[in-house]
Amino acid sequence: MEITPELRGRVDDLFCDYAFCIDDDNPEIWPDFFTDDGLYEVTTREADQRALPMAIMRCKGMGQIRDRITALRKANIFEDHHYNHIISRPRLTANGDGSVHARTNIVVYRTMHDGKQERFVVASYYDEIVEQGGVLKFKKRRVVLDSRRVDVLLVYPI
Amino acid sequence: MPDTIVPASESLSQPLVWPAEGPTRVPFRVYHDPEILKLEHERIFRGAVWNYLCMEIEIPNKGDFKTTFVGEIPVIVTHNRDGEIHAMVNRCAHKGALVCLTERGNKQRLSCVYHSWTYDLTGQLRGVAFQDGLRGKGGMPEDFDLSKHRLEPLRVAVYNGIVFGTFSDETPDIETFLGKTVCDTLKRNFSRPHKIIGYHSQIIHNNWKLYAENVRDSYHATLLHTFYTTFKINRLDMDGGMILAEPIPWHSLSYAKRATIQEDEGYKDIHSAQFDETALEGPELLQSFHEFDDNITHMIQSNFPNLTFQFTLNSLAVRHFVPKGVGKTELHWYYIGYEDDTPEQEEMRINQGNLTGAAGYVSLEDGCINEFVQRGSHFSEGAEEFLEMGGKTVESSEASRATEVSIRGFWTGYRDIMGFGG
Repeated sequence: MEITPELRGRVDDLFCDYAFCIDDDNPEIWPDFFTDDGLYEVTTREADQRALPMAIMRCKGMGQIRDRITALRKANIFEDHHYNHIISRPRLTANGDGSVHARTNIVVYRTMHDGKQERFVVASYYDEIVEQGGVLKFKKRRVVLDSRRVDVLLVYPI
Repeated sequence: MPDTIVPASESLSQPLVWPAEGPTRVPFRVYHDPEILKLEHERIFRGAVWNYLCMEIEIPNKGDFKTTFVGEIPVIVTHNRDGEIHAMVNRCAHKGALVCLTERGNKQRLSCVYHSWTYDLTGQLRGVAFQDGLRGKGGMPEDFDLSKHRLEPLRVAVYNGIVFGTFSDETPDIETFLGKTVCDTLKRNFSRPHKIIGYHSQIIHNNWKLYAENVRDSYHATLLHTFYTTFKINRLDMDGGMILAEPIPWHSLSYAKRATIQEDEGYKDIHSAQFDETALEGPELLQSFHEFDDNITHMIQSNFPNLTFQFTLNSLAVRHFVPKGVGKTELHWYYIGYEDDTPEQEEMRINQGNLTGAAGYVSLEDGCINEFVQRGSHFSEGAEEFLEMGGKTVESSEASRATEVSIRGFWTGYRDIMGFGG
């Protein structure tokens, strides 16, 4: 893909749709943003700098991506909360293989059921985006948290 | 253990009277009272215990240092030029400033940025800026003696790659302190060359002792963490038990074995067949390989005061939970692999990392559950916990892991060292 104004608009839409599905508590459609062999990872800047291969959350392939949401709905126990993703402008780079690399800064606020509200995460997305059947999808979405500390727990994807 | 301990009731402005039932009761006040946290620093963290400092592999080279905390006391661990490991309080002997400002690094000398007081890697003072003054004026008095000043030292013991430190001269040797069960477990898990493959931390909004209870609480495991049952994952851990350390039952080992090994010889090393019936769409998450002949597939080994080792399938982690005030704790997760892991084995460890940590399928609830106790017990300091599951005794149990015996063991040791005993 070439980096055109049209592509920038489509990437913006992809990022908004992705964030709003989580913010609106509709994570059932979250897997649809990934390719079948997609990789989703949440790691930290420190782990990256130290070249530690293990992430905090890692879903490799559609099965594991779907299992995260099933677990969130059916297995895991936590206090009700929702996110609000604030997304900056992505920097897009065309890869030689037709995919596009995007790096984007984000802030996620977390509001608890009782109104307690705080900045939950400051992070960057490192994405590999491909086009499949006319739709943009993440072949890889890597969330790199600025802090190695996670407050309380991480259950909804970022 | 010091035998001249001052009764804790004389050290607190409001005496704490432990309920007559002993370690089956815990007054909620111990989670909320800042005076008790202060006393814990005197009696536990500066007392006759071996505290976890770091992994030896974090400071492999001469000059490497790592900063950590003993309780809330900032500590530096160094690997000096003679190859020895030293530990000292990260507090300049001059004005008390932090000497090391980063979590890890490599240095020939430790130098305080405030007034350039400089120490060698054993913590001994080696130089003071302007010691002789400027142009013959000022400087330190004649009787100033560099050798009389140093960073406050801890004694260090390295056991199977784990670096421990103690402030007290009365702490017994490390093997006596840990006891046979813990020593055997550490040998099993850490005597092979190992490496750190993952690290993050988790802020939990509860007193550090609630996490010490939580890791010893085998009663809650299948009730709160429903991942295995929800996904119909065959329980791997039918046989198991809880072993308490002797003579003080403040460390413990909870373990479980897979019920049977049904695989053909050809599948001996990789077993994912047990997930046939699972509702997981990505069952490869739990693919594991046979590592130990004892067939233990799950172990939680907890050391007094604030350290736990977990080995779930092939996922080995060190959990160090550090108090940050009376109602807050930083839980550090270090994930460990072995130097001779094949890429496939490392991939399995990485995948299984999804089970634990801040986003762990079977651990994320622990990020909030202890906070629920912290919040639930606020200003109920006259009330107490009830801990009689599995009886009232404090003895090892091979029968059932639906027991609070290990928690009672923790409180038995805690009451004695704190002077809260009956």
